[in-house]
Amino acid sequence: MTTFTLDDMRRIMGGCAGVPETLDLAGDIGEVSFAELGYDSLAVLEMAARIQQRLGVRIPDDAVDEMKTPQAAVDYVNRRLAA
Amino acid sequence: MTEPTRAHSRARSRTPARDHDDRPVVTGIGVAAPNGLGTPAYWAATLDGKSGLGRITRFDSERYPVRVAGEVSEFDDTEHVPSRLAVQTDHWSHLGLTAADMALRDAGVDPATLPEYEMAVVTASSSGGTEFGQREIEKLWSQGPGYVGVYQSIAWFYAATTGQISIRYGMRGPCGVICAEQAGGLDVLAQGRRLLRQDARVVVTGGTDASLCPYGLVAQVSTGLLSTRDDPERAYLPFDDDACGYVPGEGGAMLIMEDAAAARARGARPYGAVAGYGATFDPPPVPGQEPRSNLRRAITLALEEARVDPAEVDVVFADALGVPARDRLEAQAISAVFGPHGVPVTAPKTMTGRLYAGGAALDVATALLAIRDGVIPPTVGVRAAAPAYELDLVRSAARDGPVRNALVLARGHGGFNAAVLVTAA
Amino acid sequence: MNTANAAGAAGGGAVREMSAGEARPGTRRRTRARPGARRSRYHAGAGRRVVITGIGVAAPGGIGVRAFWDLLTAGRTATRAITLFDATGFRSRIAAECDFDPAAHGLSPQEVRRMDRAAQLGVVSARQALADSGLTPGDVPPERLGVTVGSAVGCTMGLEQEYVVLSDCGRQWLVDPAYGVPQLYGYMIPSTIATEVAWAGAAEGPVALISTGCTAGLDSVGHGYQLVKEGTADAVVAGASDAPISPITVACFDAIKATSPSNDIPGTASRPFDLDRNGFVLGEGSAMMVLEERDAALRRGARVYAEIVGFASRSNAYHMTGLKPDGREMAEAIRTAMRQARLRPGQIDYVNAHGSGTRQNDRHETAAFKAALGEHAHRVPVSSIKSMIGHSLGAIGSIEVAACALAITHNVVPPTANLHTADPECDLDYVPLTARDTRVDVVLSVGSGFGGFQTAMLLARDRGAKPGQRGGRA
Repeated sequence: MTTFTLDDMRRIMGGCAGVPETLDLAGDIGEVSFAELGYDSLAVLEMAARIQQRLGVRIPDDAVDEMKTPQAAVDYVNRRLAA
Repeated sequence: MTEPTRAHSRARSRTPARDHDDRPVVTGIGVAAPNGLGTPAYWAATLDGKSGLGRITRFDSERYPVRVAGEVSEFDDTEHVPSRLAVQTDHWSHLGLTAADMALRDAGVDPATLPEYEMAVVTASSSGGTEFGQREIEKLWSQGPGYVGVYQSIAWFYAATTGQISIRYGMRGPCGVICAEQAGGLDVLAQGRRLLRQDARVVVTGGTDASLCPYGLVAQVSTGLLSTRDDPERAYLPFDDDACGYVPGEGGAMLIMEDAAAARARGARPYGAVAGYGATFDPPPVPGQEPRSNLRRAITLALEEARVDPAEVDVVFADALGVPARDRLEAQAISAVFGPHGVPVTAPKTMTGRLYAGGAALDVATALLAIRDGVIPPTVGVRAAAPAYELDLVRSAARDGPVRNALVLARGHGGFNAAVLVTAA
Repeated sequence: MNTANAAGAAGGGAVREMSAGEARPGTRRRTRARPGARRSRYHAGAGRRVVITGIGVAAPGGIGVRAFWDLLTAGRTATRAITLFDATGFRSRIAAECDFDPAAHGLSPQEVRRMDRAAQLGVVSARQALADSGLTPGDVPPERLGVTVGSAVGCTMGLEQEYVVLSDCGRQWLVDPAYGVPQLYGYMIPSTIATEVAWAGAAEGPVALISTGCTAGLDSVGHGYQLVKEGTADAVVAGASDAPISPITVACFDAIKATSPSNDIPGTASRPFDLDRNGFVLGEGSAMMVLEERDAALRRGARVYAEIVGFASRSNAYHMTGLKPDGREMAEAIRTAMRQARLRPGQIDYVNAHGSGTRQNDRHETAAFKAALGEHAHRVPVSSIKSMIGHSLGAIGSIEVAACALAITHNVVPPTANLHTADPECDLDYVPLTARDTRVDVVLSVGSGFGGFQTAMLLARDRGAKPGQRGGRA
């Protein structure tokens, strides 16, 4: 079974939503909120859309609202992949 | 035919006590042009007659009828715009954001220290985020609706640059976006001036355009007005007997406009003042009839408003489409106001290509630099202005001499005419 | 948000000089204007005044002012499943479409072929407005006639349709130039719509297309108002047009989940201020108005719908699509417009809301009304016609100004359709479901758009002019 890692998430974040000016994506960002990282709600929507396309998992609207951190997004995706 | 206008404005220009405080001043300039990124590089190249036209490199233009353009080749979208902002904006906005940042620094304006509602942003755009839009429409039609990215909704539309500048600097005053193709780059100055007469104290204005992507180029080609020559030195020759259309370009300029008294109070050094403006519109073309142009009336409106006599104008920055029929109409308008060979005329856009809304804004920036340094930049490539036009075209090399009043002309595709007179502050 | 300071902030010394009773719903509270008074009390200052003397509308539910007003006052909705293209696979598959046959509305085959749908709608409503005003070149010569047209997405529909051909349905990034139609460039530049309207109206004065996203329609009328007020033009055809119901525009709102996915209830999906709302419903259309310098309009015996007495815009500098819940900048725009008009909150009889039907918007502007109007926000009727004709992006602001002018003319406030259970955070009088007969002398219309733009306009009955009893003829 494929698993979705924080590094996969980092690639998606930087690739579709850009790199924050003040923080290093390579750092310990798993539990830092998207808002603190400098990603707004549009950015998170964009990440979710790319994840859906790349991995074929469906992410409903309310699930996007719950993805507050990169790690939360990773965990959600892995739950969907395992289901 | 020119006499009534001349007599009229001469009488007015003799009025001794002119109150010039209602004339907003330009205190900052930012340039992103094919022959120079940043005002110093652009101005040096322009005075040297160094062109930025060349083979298109942004995509493979081999199969297109137009292969020469003016690209801002030094510009790196990811270097000049912060990454998070760059992903959500088109190349056209990248150029605009960069020019706006340069202009604010040049003016010495620190937005954080100014009242939020007194800072306004008014930019011109001809075609919006064409390259971004092409990419997203391609995804939609080749892959499906779910593949359209979230930033299409805010990157493609014509207000993107204005909105992003407002957000970046916390400018909460009135925001505006005017589309009138090339003429829009002058119309925004009039709107900025209007806002300064109301409650704004600083206006970020000007414009950029950038449609050098396959679909954008093909759309431009559809007018039949573009040059199809492959030699960059012979491709764009306005007012020449050998004129064969224009070369498209990308880029433009942003300007910081301020209330004259407020600028003086903070010790700013203005480049010059926006003293007069006129805008008119042409009637629709009638098959079989000579087209009728209202450009001349735009010129006289600008001069009358500035209370400047035609004889006091030191240079005209021409719209210079490079299409013989249109060049003739423009030459007629200039000669009707200034007389045959009555005023130096120049078209530095021969070194950048036609930048649409960005081009008119860049011409205003260039005119202000000409006033500052007392020199008229040249029109390159043109060997001799067609004698029938009766123009004193500044060719080959820059011409020295004091420049106090400079007139900038712009015609927008579809019938728009605008004229702005800038004057030494 | 502190509401107590709003009335004070709105009033300068000029406001306090004026007398007017406190507004109470359903009562006639103001003294009649003195017969023959040349200057309304909305304008104590000098300067040219600007009135609306002609209206043209091409909106969902019917082309023409009568069909438009009938729909609004009946509280009917024109939202439905999209028919303009096959929307299978899209998240939101509903919209408010115009049943529009350009030939039936006077466009020649050449014009139909040349113009994108947005330009067609704009030209039809501009011709209606000019005919309605009775304005002739003898009244205002071409060089003193201007045009200001708002549009958010310009000729996107034409641009997308041609792209599909040139790219072979998106398969080629390097599109094939051999298939480019001559009008393709005209589709890339939105100013083409202003060109077509100027040609239709034989205007040779200042012409501009205003493209401030979803406030463009209000901003373009405001731009025209300023051109007449300052004397740059004596009359302006001012309005807006948008035709965004095409795949790319529907898809881009899908991506940010801004539009309603209530595809199973298209007729009731646009639910501003309702607890069950879930996004806006896209619309299309155009409204144009003839704005004239008041004295000249009265001299030629023109019917006056309303006077424009205030116009201001502000920006939130916050987010391209997001809104702060406090509505601070919209409130500032409203206060500025009231100051210009020398009006107090209590004098406003109707507020035409932006009311797009997104939760964020409805709360944002409810807060803005409370901040700017104080206690009066709870008394004044507020409604959103987007509940009936959807959100036509840049066009809607002008369509709403037309509705406001008609509200003054007919003393009727159009309702907010589909409003059954108000969001508890939206606690104003949103005129649910049914139009309301009430004296309407002063109207506030607001717009809010991507880019953070917030615009407010005030219209007032012109008591010195002949009343606009006849309504739209078009």
